[in-house]
Amino acid sequence: MKGGMLTIFRKELARFFGDKRTALATILLPGLLIFAVYTFMGSALSSQFSVDEDFVPAVQAVNLPGSVSALAGQAGLDIQPAQDVEAAKALIQEEELDLLAVFPPDFDGQVAGYDVTSGAPAPAVELYYNSASVNSSAAYAQMAALLEGYETSLSNKFDVNPGDGTTYDLATQADTAGTLMSSMMPMLLMIFLFSGCMAAAPESIAGEKERGTIATLLITPLRRRDLALGKICALSIIALLSGLSSTIGTLLSMPTLMQMEGGVGAAYTPVHYLALCLIILSTVLFIVACISLISAFARTIKEAQTYVTPLMILAMVVGVTAMFGGGASPHLWAYFIPFYNSVQAMAGLFALELNWTHLLLTVGCNLAYTALGVWGLTRMFNSEKVMFQR
Amino acid sequence: MSDLILDVRGLHKSFRLSAKQQKIEKTKQKVKVAVNDLSFTAHRGEIFGLLGPNGAGKTTTLRMLATLIRPDAGDALVDGASIVKEPERVRERIGFLTSELKLEDCFTPNYLYDFFSHLHQVPAEVRGVRKQALFSRFGIDRFAEVKVADLSTGMKQKVSLVISIVHDPDIIIFDEPTNGLDVITAKVVTDFLQELRGRGKTVLVSTHIFSLVEKLCDRVGVIIDGAMALCGTLDEVCQGKSLEDRFFDLYVERMGEDA
Ligand SMILES: Nc1ncnc2c1ncn2[C@@H]1O[C@H](COP(=O)(O)OP(=O)(O)O)[C@@H](O)[C@H]1O
Ligand SMILES: [Mg+2]
Repeated sequence: MKGGMLTIFRKELARFFGDKRTALATILLPGLLIFAVYTFMGSALSSQFSVDEDFVPAVQAVNLPGSVSALAGQAGLDIQPAQDVEAAKALIQEEELDLLAVFPPDFDGQVAGYDVTSGAPAPAVELYYNSASVNSSAAYAQMAALLEGYETSLSNKFDVNPGDGTTYDLATQADTAGTLMSSMMPMLLMIFLFSGCMAAAPESIAGEKERGTIATLLITPLRRRDLALGKICALSIIALLSGLSSTIGTLLSMPTLMQMEGGVGAAYTPVHYLALCLIILSTVLFIVACISLISAFARTIKEAQTYVTPLMILAMVVGVTAMFGGGASPHLWAYFIPFYNSVQAMAGLFALELNWTHLLLTVGCNLAYTALGVWGLTRMFNSEKVMFQR
Repeated sequence: MSDLILDVRGLHKSFRLSAKQQKIEKTKQKVKVAVNDLSFTAHRGEIFGLLGPNGAGKTTTLRMLATLIRPDAGDALVDGASIVKEPERVRERIGFLTSELKLEDCFTPNYLYDFFSHLHQVPAEVRGVRKQALFSRFGIDRFAEVKVADLSTGMKQKVSLVISIVHDPDIIIFDEPTNGLDVITAKVVTDFLQELRGRGKTVLVSTHIFSLVEKLCDRVGVIIDGAMALCGTLDEVCQGKSLEDRFFDLYVERMGEDA
């Protein structure tokens, strides 16, 4: 009886979309929130770790040698002599002063007379700064670079990447985006898809048990398998829509978050998107089947959510594996393991290394596990112990 | 004699009690025998009443007949279909209604009627005609587009009743039909059950209310502690006494000192 499945499918969607507020909250809100939060985080991050362009650090020095003074003058650093070391340190703590440089007396003379091979301690410069202040950190970096430059100029034997306009990092824009995406997106997608499933499945299955409406369905000639299939299909669609909104929100906020130019998806071809859709679809079906099974076992929605939480954490942890290990797993067995297969297949995809064997294995396994889930759910709908336990 | 439509043979059902349930039931037994070798028959065009106190096993019996739960032993033929071997055929033939069967709050009576008609595979033309007749019979038409959540308890009960018979079944099984209803809705329901009998349907009700049996039932089975104490026409069971007096005679007979 195909009709029964379709009837249930339509009812589930009607129920979900009948409640406009919940539907909007489940589908649109996650995407909007993620976009807002990530964009905010991105711009907050970039403003926090950069200083104003016309920033001039306030630097004081003790025993400032003539050589360094000259270099600082060229670099546009204005260094004042320090009156009192302790007072200057206090000022740095209060963020009134950015940097204090303490040179040994007759620094230039000591440097000139120092023999590297002698083993004696080299003349030392002490730089006091405040890492809690962005300006102070910038001043420290500027001064340290200046001094290092000075040291190099004293005994230059060779240079690494002297930087006369050559680009040494040969990664293309697509590679950089791909690496970032392949480490971030699988985990984010797992979380989004899981949350989407969480929003719909416990409500629809444990909820029906809790409210006593499932028994009304079970006394009709409706086949239990049609009930299971209809529910899983409808719930998957809801979860997909919710996951889609979160994904779009993330992709749109990615450039701001990662400080990258242009859109993120530029390097991916339609084939990549098609493959991604296949993975996501099969993963959602599998997650919905899992949560449905747990929900059918639970007596109340709350109980179902409690039971599902460890599974969600597991899925997230598995998602994190994409961040390590340098790209997708080359081993075939990895693509038989639920969750892990999806994460690895996605990681490969985002890194622009599309492997059809891995992809088809992942999708096939997910579908097979889903079928197993449907069978289990059917059995549970048939079990009076599960459906009518007190 | 009218022809047999329901033939219940030796039904058994016990429940394993959890520690919590043992406390509630104040028993140390791990297993509760809810229904113990129960047999009876019902015929076309009659109202059969299962009468018994709370916990006698009435609801358990009706749930077995409705195929929600499986008997441990025994079987019943519902219009020729076995509740054990052909539960789907049984479900096509019965309308089952208990207070534990709820309707989803967010839907309207109109939507639910169509939804359950689909599940019972009622043809569209038939569905329309039937829906109109039933909705106007119970005054649901004015509330057809109101969500179940916003209906009064009485109206909800009427909608549940109508939903349970979208497929015009020959056997209607009704657990405690007037429980929790105000007198007016209760009368609407009992009148309707009599009307169904008039149309040749078989009605099986369970109740602990003597007057309901006296008013409604052609035949009655008295269930005490999961077993059939006595079964027959109302006159056969009463033997000139009131039903209430006869029941307590039987009760003392069965339960002995405890009564
Ligand atoms: N699912 C169950 N688990 C454990 N005990 C049950 C269950 N269902 C019914 N019982 C027990 O079986 C007995 C009969 O219950 P029931 O059929 O509901 O009686 P009635 O409907 O006649 O009041 C009661 O003692 C009840 O507690
Ligand atoms: Mg009862």
